[in-house]
Amino acid sequence: MGTDQGWMDAAGEMLTTKIPVGRWGKLFFDYLTSNFAWFFDSLASSISSILSSATDALMWLPPLVLIALIVALSYVLQRSWQLALGTALGLLFILNQGLWSETVETLVLVVSAAAMSMLIGVPIGIWAAHHERAYTWLQPILDLMQTLPTFVYLIPVLILFGLGVAPGVIVTVIFASPAPIRLTYLGIKSVPVPMLEAGEAFGATKRQLLWKVELPAALPTIMAGLTQCIMLCLSMVVIAALIGANGLGKPVVRALNSVNIPLGLEAGLAIVVLAIILDRMSRIRTGATR
Amino acid sequence: MSTAVDFQNVDIIFGDQTQQQRAIGMVDKGESREDILAATGAVLGCAGANLAVEEGEISVLMGLSGSGKSTLLRAVNRLNVPTRGKVFVKHEDRMVDVVTCDNRTLRQIRQNRVAMVFQQFALLPWRTVEENVGFGLELAGVPQADRKKRVDEQLALVGLDQWAGKYAHELSGGMQQRVGLARAFATQAPILLMDEPFSALDPLIRTKLQDELLMLQAKLKKTIVFVSHDLEEALKIGNKITIMEGGRIVQTGAPEEIVLNPADDYVREFIANVNPLSVLTAWNVMRDKRDLADAGGDGWLWLDRRETTRFKVDPDGLVAAAERNGHPALWTSCDDNETLPPDAPRVYWAKPGTSLKTVMRAMQRSHTAPVALFDEQSRFVGAIGIQDVLHAMVRRA
Repeated sequence: MGTDQGWMDAAGEMLTTKIPVGRWGKLFFDYLTSNFAWFFDSLASSISSILSSATDALMWLPPLVLIALIVALSYVLQRSWQLALGTALGLLFILNQGLWSETVETLVLVVSAAAMSMLIGVPIGIWAAHHERAYTWLQPILDLMQTLPTFVYLIPVLILFGLGVAPGVIVTVIFASPAPIRLTYLGIKSVPVPMLEAGEAFGATKRQLLWKVELPAALPTIMAGLTQCIMLCLSMVVIAALIGANGLGKPVVRALNSVNIPLGLEAGLAIVVLAIILDRMSRIRTGATR
Repeated sequence: MSTAVDFQNVDIIFGDQTQQQRAIGMVDKGESREDILAATGAVLGCAGANLAVEEGEISVLMGLSGSGKSTLLRAVNRLNVPTRGKVFVKHEDRMVDVVTCDNRTLRQIRQNRVAMVFQQFALLPWRTVEENVGFGLELAGVPQADRKKRVDEQLALVGLDQWAGKYAHELSGGMQQRVGLARAFATQAPILLMDEPFSALDPLIRTKLQDELLMLQAKLKKTIVFVSHDLEEALKIGNKITIMEGGRIVQTGAPEEIVLNPADDYVREFIANVNPLSVLTAWNVMRDKRDLADAGGDGWLWLDRRETTRFKVDPDGLVAAAERNGHPALWTSCDDNETLPPDAPRVYWAKPGTSLKTVMRAMQRSHTAPVALFDEQSRFVGAIGIQDVLHAMVRRA
């Protein structure tokens, strides 16, 4: 009888006592800030200096020259005059709306975050494809990165990196890099077995197999990962603005705070235009690669 | 002639370590694949395979799907790792066991000694025909200029020089497999593994590529291990045929040996639909001259049991005179098309390698007269009567 009572008490206490997950998390971040502040500070300052110098360089060009360059690039990549025309019209519209400097800042933020995501994501994807067990561990982490509300990790990132463009890039990379990881993994995993065997049968080393068989075969899927990654980066523009990254997110946040419909609409349309242009430019050209 | 590939007691079992160990005991007891799978969860690929492939021959591994023929083939370049046993491959004048050799040696063997042709071609679609053919050379680090030269040679050999710049998918199936062949030939590997290379092609193209392979082989003299589920194909191109069932080798022998003396019901069933005329040669059905009946001494021999035709053979083995139905007769080659006076009785002769089909046509033309067999020096070696032909055909049924 007495022991039964004891059990009940213990169980009740277990249910009512809150597990201090939040406090543990805070302790972890306190530990990071107090011991690795030098690392995060230098990372933040190098990211922001690279980005700001890139932005400055692009802003130094007259807008029309920069637009011409982007249009030319889009034509070189896709060999389509329709796309070139659309790009020109879209960018001229943004210029007309007076959002040019914000657009350039966003462009730099998105392109560099996407590049970092690919640099991190593609090697991890390849590694995971070659180590099946690693992927079973990686998968929940990727799910966490994509489903954890962004605002939750905004706070620690803010603490570690301070305000500015650097935490914006970091948050964007955290959110966007699962796409290239997953698609690279998928691409490498779905290389047809006979192709791999042909490589092996003719005496390929592991490295030759990767560069001459696996990566070329997976390229279309990896490129789909790049497109997705760029779109995910763009979708983070407004959230990055909340922690001080400049760009098209800023006017959106301002419009939200002041219930300013025209401003919100203009900035929002500019983001859409940018998204469409980047999406079409980063697609793999059909017919040319195979 | 020496051995190029030598399988010694090769067992290949698919499954994890413990499954394999448990399965090996059952393999030794000769249990079937189904029982082994049920008891251990391991899949028996092939068991106790012993086979020597001589240099320059086409050795065909034959069997229904799942008989273990591809599994055994793929052990030669270790695409399948044997669980037990040895697979020796001739490499730089010695026999190397590919099961136990180090990775560097294995890579050298794969780059320079053993090339492979795949059933589904396994070409790389992002590469042009030319780049596909050069793939093996590229992996082996052959310099660009040398590579280009060798690729061009191979493309000319398989008649694809006009297509060098195209992508593989722009070609028909038959052409794609020619690219596969050229890729294998380009490495100049003396040993060629062909895993049902023509099965994915339509029958006309298949026959054409078989002929081309035989022509190339006459020139290149490779050692070819060829996997096929089609007995007609095996009989056509093989110097030696190995029949497999349920992972085990049932019979190995020359094509006509298989057709004339099937080892068991499985093989008999296999050859049931084969046209023996396309396989058998005069040599396979003839009666040796020592078995022929004496026809009145003085070197006269009856060519047939019905005693219609006789030859007088001199001590050197040459034919001195011939007689058919009591009248002197001429003897002419059954390959000859020259027209002789139609009334002259004649006896056709053939060489041992002449196909049974030709012999039978000669019999038909001469109203079932026996056909004599002469060797290269025109010496009489034996004869084929109508009964011998019927006997050979009926024995198999």
